[in-house]
Amino acid sequence: MAPHSKSLWWGWIFFLGVLLVVVCLFSLGVGAVHIPLQKVLVLLTRGRGTPEYTILFAVRLPRILLGLAVGGGLAIAGVMLQGMFRNPLVEPYTLGISGGAALGVALNIVAGNAARLGLFSLPISGFLGAIGIISLVYLLGTRGGTVKLSRLLLIGVMVSFIASSLIMLIMAMTRTEDLQGIIFWIMGSLQEPNAALIGAILCISLSGLIVALMLSVNLNALSLGEEEAFHLGVRVERLKKVLFLLAAFITGCCVSVTGIIGFVGLVVPHTMRLLVGGDHRIVIPTSYLAGAIFLILCDTLARVVMAPVELPVGVITGLVGGGIFIYILSSKGSSF
Amino acid sequence: MGKSMMLEINGLSCGYGKRVILRGVSFVIKPGEFMGIIGPNGSGKTTLLRAITGLLRPFEGTISLEGRETHEMARRELAQKVAVVTQLPEATPPFSVEEFVLMGRVPHWGRFQLLETAKDVEKAERAMALTGIEYARDCRMGELSGGEQQLAFVARALAQKPRLLLLDEPTAHLDIGHQGQIMDLLRQLNKEQSLTIAVVLHDLALASLYCQRLILLHQGRLRKIGPPKRVLTKEMVEEVYQTTVSVMKAPETGSPIILPFGGKGS
Repeated sequence: MAPHSKSLWWGWIFFLGVLLVVVCLFSLGVGAVHIPLQKVLVLLTRGRGTPEYTILFAVRLPRILLGLAVGGGLAIAGVMLQGMFRNPLVEPYTLGISGGAALGVALNIVAGNAARLGLFSLPISGFLGAIGIISLVYLLGTRGGTVKLSRLLLIGVMVSFIASSLIMLIMAMTRTEDLQGIIFWIMGSLQEPNAALIGAILCISLSGLIVALMLSVNLNALSLGEEEAFHLGVRVERLKKVLFLLAAFITGCCVSVTGIIGFVGLVVPHTMRLLVGGDHRIVIPTSYLAGAIFLILCDTLARVVMAPVELPVGVITGLVGGGIFIYILSSKGSSF
Repeated sequence: MGKSMMLEINGLSCGYGKRVILRGVSFVIKPGEFMGIIGPNGSGKTTLLRAITGLLRPFEGTISLEGRETHEMARRELAQKVAVVTQLPEATPPFSVEEFVLMGRVPHWGRFQLLETAKDVEKAERAMALTGIEYARDCRMGELSGGEQQLAFVARALAQKPRLLLLDEPTAHLDIGHQGQIMDLLRQLNKEQSLTIAVVLHDLALASLYCQRLILLHQGRLRKIGPPKRVLTKEMVEEVYQTTVSVMKAPETGSPIILPFGGKGS
C-alpha cells in the first residue's frame, strides 16, 4: 500500500482514540448526579473520600470499562466472523452463542440456583451455556477435520432457533418473579457490581484484540476465498477453527457478563468497512475502538435519557446503531 | 532425474472424496518450460492443477518440485515457490488493485509481520508495471473490467516471485485483444525471466501458438504429451474431443490450428 494510506490508518486510529477518551470523560460526568468536566479531572487525581469520588470510581468507571471491553470485543468478533464467512449478515449472535448463554441463565434462574451460588452464578451459567452451544455448533459443523463454512453457519442459525424456542418454553412455564429475572438478563445491561469480573473481561477482550490483529493478514487472504488463501500459503483449516473459536469465546465471555447486547457486532464492523476500507489490519483496531465508543455512548444515553429510570442498553444500541448505519450507507453507499 | 526438473509427477492418482478423477498421470516440466494443459471438459485439468498446488492430496503417486516432494513442504514454503492464477472468483475482493497485488507478498512475510516493507511495495509495483495495470492501482477491484481483473490476478502471482506459475484458463471470458495481451505477457515472462509456466487452456489455437509442449488429458489419463505439432493432429483431437475437425497451419509459425468442422452439406 502507498505510504499515504498508511498515514491515513494512523489518522483513523488517533481520531478514534481521542474520541474514546472524550466519550469516557463525558460518560463520567453525566448521570443522575451531574459532575462538570473540570471537577471530574480534579476528582480523578485527588478527591478520595468525597461522595462524587465514590460515584465516579464505584459506579461509573466500572461501567465504562465494561462498555469498552464488551463493545470492542463484540465488534472484533463480528469483524472476524463476517470476514471468514464472507457474509455481511453474520454477527456474533448468529451462531447461537447468545441463545446458548440465555438458555444457561434461564435454566439457572428457574432452578433457583442464583440465590444459593451467589454473585457469580449467572455469569457462570451463561458462560457454560455459551460454551455448550459453541461446542455443539462446532462439532456438527466440522466434517472429517474440515470446517464447512456454509454448514457451520446453517447449524449455528438452527441451534440458535432451538435455543430461543427452549427459552420461550421455560418462560411460558415459569413463575412471574423468575420471568422478570430472565427478561431483565436477556435485555442486557452494563451494570456489574463485581470489579474482578470486569477486570477479567477487559483482559480477555484486549488479548482477543491482539490475537485478532496477528490473524488479520491471514484473514485478508481468507476474504479472497478459501482456495486463494491456500495458494497464498495460509493454513486455511487451522485458521478457520482459530477464528471461529476466538470469536465465539470472546462473545461468550461478553454475553455471560452483560447479557445480550445486540447490534454492536453487526453495525460497527460494517460502518468501519465503509469508512476505512476492507483491509482487516485497519478494520480490526478501528472496529474495536468504535465498538467501545458506541457501547459506552449508548449506555450513557440509557442512563440519562429517562433518568432516574434506566433504559435497557440493547434498545439504544438498536435505535442509534441502525440509524447511524443507514445514514452512512445512504451517504457513501455505492459500494454495497 | 532429481534437481534438474522443475516439476516431476509420477503415477499420480487423485480426486474428490472417493471419486477418482486422475489416474496414473506421469510427466515432467523442465525449468523454463512453457507447458500447456488441454483436454475436454471434465478430463481433469483443474484437478491436476489442484494436486500440484497441494489443495488435493494424491491418492497415489508423487509430485516433486525441484527434487522435493510437495507434501513434505510447509504450506508457506510451497506458496513461496508456486503461484496460482485460478479462474476468476465469483466474489470480488474488497481491496484496491495495489492492496490486492501486495497480498502476493504475504507468503514471504515473517510470522508476526503485519505491515509490508518498502521492498514488498517495490516488487508489487514492478509486477503491476509488467502487467500494465499500474494506471488502475488505486481503483477498487470491483471497478475493473474482466480483462483488467485478470491482469491484476497475474500481477499478484508475479509479486509472489514464484519459481513455477500455474494458471487455470486465464483467457476464459476475455475478448481476443485481452487474450493476446495475457498470452503475450506470459511468453515474455517465460522468455525474459525464464519463468516456468504451466497453463490450462480451452482454446486450442492459443495452446498451439504459445506453448512449447502440450499435455492432452482424456478421461483422467494422460493421452499425449509433446510439442503442439505432435499433439494437435486431426486423429488425436477427433478421438479425444469426439467431434469432427479440420487442421490448418498458422500462416507465420506453421503451428497447427484446429477448426471445428462447420462445413456445408457434407
